[in-house]
Amino acid sequence: MDMNEIKEIFFQECEEQLAELESGLLRLNDGDRDPETVNAVFRAVHSIKGGAGAFGLDDLVSFAHVFETTLDCVRSNRLEPNQDVLKVMLKSADVLADLTNAARDGGSVDEARSRQLIKELEALANGELPQPAVSEPAAKPAPPAAPVAAPAPAPVVNEEGFQPVVFSFDDFEASEPPAIEPSTFEILFRPKSELYAKGNDATLLLRDLSRLGEMSIHCDMDELPALGSMNPEAAYFAWKISLKTDKGEEAIRSVFEFAEWDCELDVALAGGDHTGTGEEPPMQPVPFDLSLLDDDVPASSGAAEDEEQVVAQREARDDAVSAAATASNVLQMAQTARASAESNRSAAPTSSAAQAAAQQAASAATPTIRVDLDRVDRLINLVGELVINQAMLSQSVIENDTNGTSSINMGLEELQQLTREIQDSVMAIRAQPVKPVFQRMSRIVREIADMTGKSVRLVTEGENTEVDKTVIDKLAEPLTHMIRNAVDHGLETPEKRVAAGKNPEGTVRLTAKHRSGRIVIELADDGAGINREKVRQKAIDNDLIAADANLSDEEIDNLIFHAGFSTADKISDISGRGVGMDVVKRSIQALGGRINISSKPGQGSVFTMSLPLTLAVLDGMVVTVANQTLVVPLTAIVETLQPEASAIHSFGASQRLISIRNSFCPLVDVGRILNFRAIQANPVDGVALLVESEGGGQRALMVDAIQGQRQVVIKSLEANYTHVPGIAAATILGDGRVALILDVDAIVAASRGQTLKPEMSLAAAG
Amino acid sequence: MTYVAKNLTTGGRELIAFRVGGREFCVNIMSVREIRGWTPATAMPHAPSYMLGVVNLRGAVLPIIDFSARLGMKAAEPTVRHVIIVAQVKSQVVGLLVDAVSDILTVSDTDIQPTPDIASDFERSFARGVLAIEGRMICLVELDQVFPHEEREAA
Repeated sequence: MDMNEIKEIFFQECEEQLAELESGLLRLNDGDRDPETVNAVFRAVHSIKGGAGAFGLDDLVSFAHVFETTLDCVRSNRLEPNQDVLKVMLKSADVLADLTNAARDGGSVDEARSRQLIKELEALANGELPQPAVSEPAAKPAPPAAPVAAPAPAPVVNEEGFQPVVFSFDDFEASEPPAIEPSTFEILFRPKSELYAKGNDATLLLRDLSRLGEMSIHCDMDELPALGSMNPEAAYFAWKISLKTDKGEEAIRSVFEFAEWDCELDVALAGGDHTGTGEEPPMQPVPFDLSLLDDDVPASSGAAEDEEQVVAQREARDDAVSAAATASNVLQMAQTARASAESNRSAAPTSSAAQAAAQQAASAATPTIRVDLDRVDRLINLVGELVINQAMLSQSVIENDTNGTSSINMGLEELQQLTREIQDSVMAIRAQPVKPVFQRMSRIVREIADMTGKSVRLVTEGENTEVDKTVIDKLAEPLTHMIRNAVDHGLETPEKRVAAGKNPEGTVRLTAKHRSGRIVIELADDGAGINREKVRQKAIDNDLIAADANLSDEEIDNLIFHAGFSTADKISDISGRGVGMDVVKRSIQALGGRINISSKPGQGSVFTMSLPLTLAVLDGMVVTVANQTLVVPLTAIVETLQPEASAIHSFGASQRLISIRNSFCPLVDVGRILNFRAIQANPVDGVALLVESEGGGQRALMVDAIQGQRQVVIKSLEANYTHVPGIAAATILGDGRVALILDVDAIVAASRGQTLKPEMSLAAAG
Repeated sequence: MTYVAKNLTTGGRELIAFRVGGREFCVNIMSVREIRGWTPATAMPHAPSYMLGVVNLRGAVLPIIDFSARLGMKAAEPTVRHVIIVAQVKSQVVGLLVDAVSDILTVSDTDIQPTPDIASDFERSFARGVLAIEGRMICLVELDQVFPHEEREAA
């Protein structure tokens, strides 16, 4: 495994940690004060920092470090995680994600933004509340923090009359802060035995420290016990170090970067200008109480392990049996103990909370593996083959089997059931919860809310609804667009909302659920709703509809999906370039989905998207055209009808129109347009499929007969052939033959007179 | 395997010979993936006349070219006795409809005679040489040019 692979794994883990971080912060934002949530958030940032440090990603490390410091204040209850604090933290999580992406893809990040956030985070860590509006009791964070802020801002003029550049934490980002006057730090370094257990060595740390400047070390051996009572693996020494350096405190702390969990570390600025020097060692410039970390869960579980070891050792001595055997005994004992504890717990109905916690732990511990997507796809392909093969087999058995009751038939039925089940389970492998996309949306909402000065709350529901990975990947873009629209256009400004008697904070609700084999995603805002008068006027101005057109409310609402339509009065940075909703609709349709809008004036709008659960299969109507079997995507079909002779009207030389409920719709002979037959078929002999194309126009597609409706597996034509105009893809039917899937949009475009001929001159080749 | 290896080192090569419309052709055996019987193909719209359509090859969509028509000869009327040579052409896999596969030949480069310059332009674009085997004439064809997709680039 080379470095790049390890790095790739690190970034994959980063993604998980970032998701964990964001969901944790959002939980805190919703008022969750569970210490475990804070811990989880802290751990996420810490893991990213640790990994980034190993790969030398300095930007990431330095930002994560400041973030971590602030989170630690929350963890140790020195900082109340109120809304304002969390706002900064959520933004920091965004920046952390940006930095991670930049580190992976080599892009750049908004440095001004990250620097600004570092400032804000440090201000929080120093006990300064983010916005004056907050009335939270500042008592808790204040006392330890007060002396901290002091040394930095107070300009010190030394004897040369030179005013030094004040050392501020903002500058530490640059690895070598420029022109910092050498200052003396008093460092107390007290390692714990864990430090040595993890292979760290105090000597090496001290040596690193000595490289920073002039250093004098005093070893504190007060705790060293008498030889008899000494534990050879324990740590007894502490060091008091006086270091004169121009590198600043961060440089000192970074020496202890990977040891900070396992030691007590105090770094204090010494010197006349500093009030706190020499009085008491626990003086902390930054509220960065590392000793608190030891109360963490891993530590306590480690203690439990130690106990177990002790027991094991004692037993080993007593029984004089092999240590291994004893250890397994201990394990067994532990298991029995746990089992009895569990039975006790189930016996006592009051401990349901404990049970719930256990269940939660169990669900969190579900083992997972990472698998290449290619492998899964290959499996899905093979299973698709299996299904087709099984169908072919059944068909030939039915054809050859005259008595119809043979055991072969029963066996085949079982086989059919099994293959279905295999197909479903394999499809489930690709299925992923929509959670990551939804989480990304919360960031979009924050950004847009910031830009527009609106106050927005994003509520997500059903984020564990599962859908095919490819659908998820392609969902993010249209969803982003819609969220932007909802916040920018949908929600009113806080003033207007208050005037309308609403909560000044707008709500955008994102919901996902399964409904009849599809995933339905709803985006609802509680804004003003669609201004139908304005939309109508705009449509008239843009020549989309006639001035006297009689449109239902729903039809007006759906006008916003037209290309080049935007009702924003002024074109904003966020949305309103008129490429909005039609692009959204097209990308949803490209996914085989449909989108609808319903709006209530004053109460908001609801966008409903219905998408297939997978892109590998498609619901299609199997039709016959000129003895060829074709598949028409079901999503394109509005209705099917049997044309009567009286409804067919000739128009021009060869055009025909069909009247459907008194409106005329052009009739398109699929067989003719695909060149399957030389002359147009008689519409009365066939079936008309009323389809709606991307351009919004309706066409009646003439086919000879409908065979039925079926789910088909999509196969690429381009892989071994070329793109064929009018054909979207191919599929394989139950009889093993290839059927072509119609590209309805291309057919409709062709019927408008655009050429359906391929650009290359195939005729010349023949 | 060792046999092939020996031939490669001596400049020899293995070819698959097949019959189309009473004439014999051969292609490099390395480009042939498999040989299978004819199954009815699904017609493609707007396809040139030699494109018989596509068939299902274990889940992949395989285009079938009527080799006879492709060479400008009489279009074949496929029956169950016809054979499809599944060949790899660059990154794609295509099926060639031929009358029958006749032989596997092991020849050295010196056995391959240059294409006579009386051949038409059209045939010359496929032919890479001719072989005289037991009094028969077998034309060595290059499949890169067979497929319409490549035609555009060549034109």
